Amino acid sequence: METFGNSHTRAGRPHSKLAVTLGAAVLVAAMAIAPFSAQAQTQSGQGGSASDKVDTLGAIKARGYFICGVAGDRPGFSFPDGKGVMQGLDADICRSVAAAIFGDPEKIRFTSLTSLTRFPALQSGEVDMLARFTTWTLTREASLGLDVASVYFYDGQGFMAKKSLGVKSALELDGATVCVTQGSTSEANMVDFFRAHNLALKPIVIEKIEQVRDALANNRCDAYTNDSTLLGSLKLSMGPAGDEYILLPDVISKEPLGTFVRKGDQRFFDIVRWTYIAMLTAEENGITKTNIDTFRKTRDPQNQRFMGETGDLGAALGLDAQWAVNVIKAVGNTAELWDRTIAGLGIQRGVNRLAKDGGLQYAPPMR
Amino acid sequence: MTALVEHIVNPTLIEARERPELIGGGFFAWAREKLFYSWLSSLTTLVLLAAMAKVGISLFQWAFLDAVWSVPAGPQGPITDSCRALGSGACWAVIREKYRFILFGTYPFEQHWRPAIVIALFVGLFVVSAMKRFWRIELAALWGLMLLLIGLLMWGGIFGLTFVSQANWGGLALTLIIATIGVAIAFPLSVLVALGRRSDLPFIKWLCVAYVEVIRGVPLITLLFMASVMFPLLMPEGVNLDKLVRAQIAIILFFAAYLAEVVRGGLQALPKGQYEAAYVLGLSYWQTSRRIVLPQALRTVIPPLVNNFIGFFKDTSLVLIIGLYDLLHSAQVAVAEPAWQGFGVETYIFAGLIYFAFCFAMSRYSQWLEFGLNMLRHR
Repeated sequence: METFGNSHTRAGRPHSKLAVTLGAAVLVAAMAIAPFSAQAQTQSGQGGSASDKVDTLGAIKARGYFICGVAGDRPGFSFPDGKGVMQGLDADICRSVAAAIFGDPEKIRFTSLTSLTRFPALQSGEVDMLARFTTWTLTREASLGLDVASVYFYDGQGFMAKKSLGVKSALELDGATVCVTQGSTSEANMVDFFRAHNLALKPIVIEKIEQVRDALANNRCDAYTNDSTLLGSLKLSMGPAGDEYILLPDVISKEPLGTFVRKGDQRFFDIVRWTYIAMLTAEENGITKTNIDTFRKTRDPQNQRFMGETGDLGAALGLDAQWAVNVIKAVGNTAELWDRTIAGLGIQRGVNRLAKDGGLQYAPPMR
Repeated sequence: MTALVEHIVNPTLIEARERPELIGGGFFAWAREKLFYSWLSSLTTLVLLAAMAKVGISLFQWAFLDAVWSVPAGPQGPITDSCRALGSGACWAVIREKYRFILFGTYPFEQHWRPAIVIALFVGLFVVSAMKRFWRIELAALWGLMLLLIGLLMWGGIFGLTFVSQANWGGLALTLIIATIGVAIAFPLSVLVALGRRSDLPFIKWLCVAYVEVIRGVPLITLLFMASVMFPLLMPEGVNLDKLVRAQIAIILFFAAYLAEVVRGGLQALPKGQYEAAYVLGLSYWQTSRRIVLPQALRTVIPPLVNNFIGFFKDTSLVLIIGLYDLLHSAQVAVAEPAWQGFGVETYIFAGLIYFAFCFAMSRYSQWLEFGLNMLRHR
C-alpha cells in the first residue's frame, strides 16, 4: 500500500507543480495586464514619448482616476487610518487636485513612496503628482526634469536636545551626538551647519523615524535633528518622556514643501498650482466647506468668478466651471486643511498663515 | 544486521541493558538524576527556576493582568492616556483598534470580508496540499481554481464586487499572496535551473550558472530596488508595470536562484548508478528526470527546501522598502498615528505571532514529512 501511495506521489507531483505554475502564472499575468490595460488607455491620450505635447490631464481623465505619490507613513502628512483611508495634509492636497479634475476627491489612488523611490516614480509616470513633504530645491527642479507647482507648507529644520545638556542654542552642540534620519536633506543640512560653525559632530544615522524614538529612549542621542514639524509631533507623542527634551530655536534650513509634477506639461502644472491658490483664495474670502453654497448669490465679482457664476476661469484651465467649488467642497480651504491635519500634531501655524495675517502664503488674483 | 547477530549469540544482552532503578521512578527519579544530582546542580536548578518564574510572572502581569484592553474614544480619535499611565501593562487596545488594518492594509474597509476569505482560502489550500492523500493531479487543478478565485475576490470588478486596485492590497493577505505565488512559480523554475546547471549543453549550463550566481550575489533588497526604481526608467514612457508585479517578479527570481542550489544539492546526492540504470532501461532524459531522479532528489532536500520556504515567507517583509503595505509594514504604520505612537511592542508581538504560526506550522510539517518519507526508504 505504501509503495502504491508513493507511486502516486511520483506521478502526481510534477503534474500538480505544472498546474500550480500555470495557475500562479495566470494570476501574475493578470496582475501585469490589469495595469497595462489601464495604461493603454493612458497612452492613447498621451500622443507620443518625449514629445512636447504631453497631455497628463487627458491621460488622467481617460484613466478615470488620479494617481498621487505620498509617503504613507507620516502622521499629519499622509498615513492610513484604522480603516485604511489615507489621511493628512499631503493626502488632502492630492484629493484637491482630483476634485478639481473630476469633481470627486475619491477618484484617486495613492502610491506610497520612500524618499529613494519618489522621484523615479514621478519621472517614469508611475504617479501623476508627488505630494510627499518634498523640499523645493534648485537641483531637483533643474536637473530632475520636475517642476514645483505650489508650495503648500513652509517647514524648516531644527534641533531637539536633551534638557540635561543645558544648551540654549544649536551653536552649543559642539561634540554632541546628533541623530539624523537617512537619505533626507536633513543629513546634509546638519553636516553643512556643523562645518560652517566649525563644530565637532558625532552623527548617528538612523534609517526609520520609528527607530528614532527607541534611540532617544535609550539615551543614544544628545540631540535629534529633522523638520521642526516632525520634532514637534515626536515630542508630543513621547508623552512624559518628551518633557526631557527641548526644541532649540535655531532653524538651520529652509524647507518649502511643494507639489512636484513632470516638466513639459504646462496645462497640468497650471491645474495643480491654481487648485492650491483656489484654496488660499477661499480662506482669504472666508469661503469654507460648509458655507460655500451661501456664496452662490454673492454680488462680489471676485467671488462670482470663484464660484464659476461669471468669467471662464475653469475653461482657461481646461476644467469644469465649478472646479474651485468642487475643491472647497471636497477638502475645504487652507485653514480647514491645516486644522484637520497638521494642527493635530500640536504645531503652530506660524509662517504658514496667510500673508494678511503675517505669514508667507499669498494668493495671486484669480481672474 | 549486527544487532540481530548479537541477539542470537548472547540472548541475555537485552535483559542486561535494562535499568531497574528507573522502574517506578518517574518524574521524581528523573529530576533527582538530572537536576539535583549534586549541591551545585541543585543550586543552578533553583536559581534558574527562580529567574524563569520571575520573568514569567512579570511577563504574565504585563501581558494580561496590567494590560489595557480598550480605551475610550474622544472627538480627536482614541484617548490613550490609560495606556501611557505609569505601571500599565501591554496596550492591547492598539490591536483592537488596528487589527483590521494590520491584516488587510489599505483595502477598502467595507470590503474586508474579501481578503478575509482569501486568507482562509490560502490556509485551506496549504492544509489540503499538505496531506499526502490529496497528492494527485486534481490538486493542481484545485490550485489553479483557487488562485483564480483569490484573484477574483481581491480584484472584484465582476459579479457585483467593486473593483479594488492591487495598489490597495495589504496586510497578511498581501504577504500570503507574495509568498505563495513566489514559491509556486520559483520552485518549478528552480528545478529547471538545477537540471540546467548539470546539463551537458554548455550554453544552457552557463546561462543557469550565471543566473544563479548573479542573483545570489545580490541582496534581495537590491533586487527590489532595481525592480522598483531602475526598471520603470528603462521602460518606454507611459508603459508601466505595476509596483506589486515588479516586486513579485524580483522575488520569484530571487527565490528560484536559492531553491535551484538546494535542488542541485539533492541531484548531486543521487548515486550515478541511478542515472545509468535509467538510461540502460531506455528512458529518455526527461523520463529519467521525472520518474527516477527528481522524486529521489527532492525527497532528500525536503528539510533545506522547507527551511528556505520559511526564510522566504519572512523575506517578503522586505517589500516594505518599496512602499507596499505587507503584514510587517502595516503593523509599523498602524503605530505611526500620534495617538498610538510608542505601542510598537504590542503590534510587533501581534505580527510576530502571525509569522510564527505560519513558520512553525511549516517547520513541524517538514519534520513529519521527512519522517514519513524516510520510513519508506529505510524499510
